[in-house]
Amino acid sequence: MKRTEMCGRVINSIKLTLPSYSVNEGIARGAVSAFCAQLDPTAAELGDIKCALSEAVTNCIVHAYRDTIGDIYISVDLLEGSVVRIKVKDRGCGIEDVKCARMPLYTTDRAGERSGMGFTVMESFTDSMRVSSSKGKGTTVTLYKKIEGR
Amino acid sequence: MVKDNKLFSYRINNDALEIKMVGEIDHHSAVSVRADIDAMIFEQRPKRLILDLSEISFMDSSGLGLIMGRYSLVRELGGTLLLRSPTAAVTKILSLAGMERIIKIEKAFEEDDANEEN
Repeated sequence: MKRTEMCGRVINSIKLTLPSYSVNEGIARGAVSAFCAQLDPTAAELGDIKCALSEAVTNCIVHAYRDTIGDIYISVDLLEGSVVRIKVKDRGCGIEDVKCARMPLYTTDRAGERSGMGFTVMESFTDSMRVSSSKGKGTTVTLYKKIEGR
Repeated sequence: MVKDNKLFSYRINNDALEIKMVGEIDHHSAVSVRADIDAMIFEQRPKRLILDLSEISFMDSSGLGLIMGRYSLVRELGGTLLLRSPTAAVTKILSLAGMERIIKIEKAFEEDDANEEN
């Protein structure tokens, strides 16, 4: 994906704030899917977006707010050129080593049967992913996906 | 014995426990599915566990964790795991994880038939 495509003018946007209850994973997917429907995406494109978003939200619930409930801030922007930008932000514990966390099969939660594939899925199912994190302050994941449509 | 779980139905066929999963598998749903499937595995001790994924409309990496966990459990008990008829979306994430290298995946008959016709 070209860098210029990631900086296009914002045409439409939504913002959602959800408490980190696991039931909200599906609610977040539903809301973001409904927003993306305006681009008439293919089933595969919509599936990719839902999956990547679900991973980001699940990370907030399972890792960022591991022993507590906190707010998850989701913003979705439709950019010029049919690009969707999704930001998922938390104010949780932060990621100690982002480089490690992005490696396939890496997980800090073996007991919970996590596959360690969350960031790999996000990266593979979108065109670009950025992760910024600060220990004790939180994490923001930004995903970009160009929609070719049907 | 689990009699009612909205996320799957099951049948016991000789030495096989066949579980047909329905709807969306994410971190939220995986918790209850995991507990109920494990209870059935311990009760039935099947030689073969078959997870039918033909009616899964969504699965993220929590589903991968669920499958890998059951694979490990069934193997520990001397059985095997088969994944049956994953949808296109599920196949994509299974492939990303390289699941076909360790777990047998049986594709849908419809797909095989369509390929033969072409």
